[in-house]
Amino acid sequence: MFKKVILYSFLILTGLMTLAPFIWMLSASFMYDGHASTYPPRFFPDEITFYQFDNLFSRLNVARNFLNSLVLSIVVTVISLFFNSMAGYAFAKYRFAGREKLFKLLLSSMIIPAQVTMLPLFLMLKEMGFINTYMAIIIPGLANIFGIFLIRQYAMSIPDSLIESARMDGATDFQIYRLIILPLCVPILVTLAIFTFMGTWNDFLWPLISLTDNSMYTLPVALANLMGEHTKDPELMMAGSVITIIPILIVFLVLQKYYIKGIMLGGVKE
Amino acid sequence: MESSIIKMKLFKSIIGLFVFVNLSCSESSKEIVIDFWGLGSEGEFVKLLIPKFEAENPGIKVKVQMAPWTAAQEKLISAFASDNLPDVFQLGNTWIPQFAQLDGISELSEFIHSSKIINKENYFSGIWDTNVLDSLVFGIPWYIDTRVLFYRKDVFEKAGFTSPPKTWNELYKLSKKIKANHKGEEKYAIFIATNEWANFIIFGLQNGAEILKNNNTYANFSSDKFTEAFSYLVNYYKEKLTPLGVSQVTNVYQAFAEEYFSMYISGPWNINEFKKWMTGSLQDKWSTAALPGPNENIKGVSLAGGSSLVISQKSKHKKEAWKLIEYLSKPETQIEFYHLVNDLPAVKEAWKDSSLSNNIYMKAFYEQFNYVVATPKIPEWEQIVFSKLQQYVELAARNVLTVKEALKKLDDDVNVILEKRRWMLSK
Amino acid sequence: MKNAESKLDKYKTGVSAAYLFLAPALVSILVFFFIPVISAFIISFTDFDIYSLGSYSNLRFIGLKNYIDLFNNPLFWTSLKNTFYFVLVASPLSIFVSLGAALLLNSKLVRFKAIFRLAYFIPVVTTLVAVAIIWRFIYHPRFGILNYLLSFAGINPIDWLGDPFWAMPSIILMSIWKNFGYNMIIFIAGLQNIPEHLYEAAVLEGANGWQQFKKITLPMLAPTTVFISIITMIGNFQLFAEPYVMTQGGPLNKTLSVVQYMYQEGFRWWNMGYSASIAFVLFIIIFAGTMLQLKIQKHSA
Repeated sequence: MFKKVILYSFLILTGLMTLAPFIWMLSASFMYDGHASTYPPRFFPDEITFYQFDNLFSRLNVARNFLNSLVLSIVVTVISLFFNSMAGYAFAKYRFAGREKLFKLLLSSMIIPAQVTMLPLFLMLKEMGFINTYMAIIIPGLANIFGIFLIRQYAMSIPDSLIESARMDGATDFQIYRLIILPLCVPILVTLAIFTFMGTWNDFLWPLISLTDNSMYTLPVALANLMGEHTKDPELMMAGSVITIIPILIVFLVLQKYYIKGIMLGGVKE
Repeated sequence: MESSIIKMKLFKSIIGLFVFVNLSCSESSKEIVIDFWGLGSEGEFVKLLIPKFEAENPGIKVKVQMAPWTAAQEKLISAFASDNLPDVFQLGNTWIPQFAQLDGISELSEFIHSSKIINKENYFSGIWDTNVLDSLVFGIPWYIDTRVLFYRKDVFEKAGFTSPPKTWNELYKLSKKIKANHKGEEKYAIFIATNEWANFIIFGLQNGAEILKNNNTYANFSSDKFTEAFSYLVNYYKEKLTPLGVSQVTNVYQAFAEEYFSMYISGPWNINEFKKWMTGSLQDKWSTAALPGPNENIKGVSLAGGSSLVISQKSKHKKEAWKLIEYLSKPETQIEFYHLVNDLPAVKEAWKDSSLSNNIYMKAFYEQFNYVVATPKIPEWEQIVFSKLQQYVELAARNVLTVKEALKKLDDDVNVILEKRRWMLSK
Repeated sequence: MKNAESKLDKYKTGVSAAYLFLAPALVSILVFFFIPVISAFIISFTDFDIYSLGSYSNLRFIGLKNYIDLFNNPLFWTSLKNTFYFVLVASPLSIFVSLGAALLLNSKLVRFKAIFRLAYFIPVVTTLVAVAIIWRFIYHPRFGILNYLLSFAGINPIDWLGDPFWAMPSIILMSIWKNFGYNMIIFIAGLQNIPEHLYEAAVLEGANGWQQFKKITLPMLAPTTVFISIITMIGNFQLFAEPYVMTQGGPLNKTLSVVQYMYQEGFRWWNMGYSASIAFVLFIIIFAGTMLQLKIQKHSA
């Protein structure tokens, strides 16, 4: 019993410590200017105000950045899901010359850090006239190797007999993909969708480089910029953080089962 | 077969989505819309001046955007690289050479010739000069700044000085005296931050040093004149007249209020901050003064700083853009802008306004503006001072390298940076 | 499996369809990943800079000069040292914390596991930039909560991000907090894969908890641990957003990371050739680190 009390108080304490920064963020975002810069610190607002949020939306035009983040995350997710699932399926269920070699090449290239590609990609997109457009974010996210890998692993477990019998019934390759493979892959597709959505939403370095215009910025870049100008306004910055974090938190909370499964799949199968 | 049709359809709808998304960003109207980027608070507050301009100029709409100072230069260059520069924008005047070299901004002589509002004579000559490259004008000064001496009057009096130092020697003697008066305490006379390159360039220029030579293609930091100025400043670290290491001073205003140091060379952007911290009995214990010179005969120069307004080379509305620059350069607009953001007006006429002429902290600035000089006008300048000069200042200040060694290595490093420039010029 | 696959082969429709399915993903990966990698390699042997950005005629091949300059540049070594500091301290610590949390949550004594797991995991999914901003204020020397809490222990205020000694540890602490939940989940999965009967047998032999942990849990977790070390290391080598938002690389360049140095050279000074060479050195280091860890794993197995 004693052991249990210690164990639980430890768990609860560390759990609260982990969440404390968010609680403080939420609390400070409802404070008036200057109220989070006091000593001793104020943990809760004297009076709740939406002033900071109002400021963000009316004066600093954060709604636009929010929309950018949302649209980009959705578009990248949808396209890459489509591309990755087709490729993953092909790797899992077709035999063609060089399949293993190609797959191995892809897997081993995952070790190349994305930073290596950034300079040429910037120049390339500049030539195409895509810098500072949504395309600058969408194009590098069209397909990704990890996604292909996840789907392949999953699709391998689909019995060949299903595919065979569909083919006997005269289904075309694309029909098989669409009517059999995709529905059966829904769990892994959901997993991959969350990964991609969150990855795009949270990404910082690439949008920082490839978007130049305030109205094109995604939330993290807009936030980092605001930080440059408003170092002395913690309340405002906390409100900005709330806006950035809450949507991603909601997506996660709703679909956490899939997300966690994805981490385990990626981790243990290796 | 069918599969590819479905794929085509999907592809089309995806492409359609892109097009939709991209189109939705641009709006169409018959008015001419000019894009204007301001940096930091300038960008934020210039918006308030626009309605009047739009009223005076029906048919022109101005879309103002704020870009933060922190990443301003990177953003502007990548905007240039992707043909996304706005029609008019604010440019720190040391960045002008870079954008002119890139052919990113327009030459303005023609506009100036026919302008009733903008004329070289209306500006401090040192400031105007920062916008000129090979007698071509690329920018119009918008607001200006320079660095002067912020000092503690009470500490000076205790040290027996009734007026601020006029020469390097006086500055040194005064510093020794202040240090002596604080015997046993961890306090300093002046704050010369190792990560503020401006101090070192200013003293070098005061001493008549030519910082780069051969048409700015080779470094010349190890010249006698620069070496003399550099050792003069490094000596302040050696004799503990200035704190070493930036981290010791996290808040310069607080440190100034606590007499941690009593002198600081800085610009007008800090006046309000100092006012905020020097309250109560400290309120009238500080002031500003023009910089001391190397000796009685030479006025101490300072840097010509501030921001200019420029028009992008690719702008389709240069005429309208110029109108906006003219509007922002009118003395009355300049005063209004000063009241909004406290940026000092570039147009001399505006300084006659009582809010400036009666301001005790402004006298030193006005005096100093008559003795300001530009830093070498090459695209590499910022890189040289930020990534190289500051590095060797710290090494010399910490005695890791002697002054001679530090300047020699600095020259070598800078010559590497300038290699490209030499090649470009020889082409 | 193999058998079934060969059955599919009978239907000749397969191959061309396979290429069609692969094409969109592979073409985009080729064009927007492999070609840039190769181009970066080529660019790293040129003096691509702001002049070249204006016109490609101002571009020269300069051989290994970028790499030579890089190795002669103290700032590069500083950034490398900082990055290694971060990797070598933050990675083991974070793995340790993850393992601890996983063991706790895997304990049979604990109920409501899902809730605790969720609490520990939330920092992982949140946006790094936003989180870095929150922590910047937590670390504030005068008004920050951390100094306030420490004041009860009689500790004088510390300028966490402004002090050359404390800046990197502060970033490390935040990064552990942000990331340990991810590895925790993988560890939990690994723990659940350990067959129960091993423990039962150990208990019969009279092994205590620590012995069980040492003799069964750790060895059985070894593959998971290697995997975790590798991904944690790779991630940590790419340190960027934390110093960018919290310290801008300062004070005294004590938190300047390799990626940040690359960003500065490439996108602040537009020395893109030089910057590409930094990216490649980073790649080689990550590659070597991965190989090293795989080797250690093989060796000890």
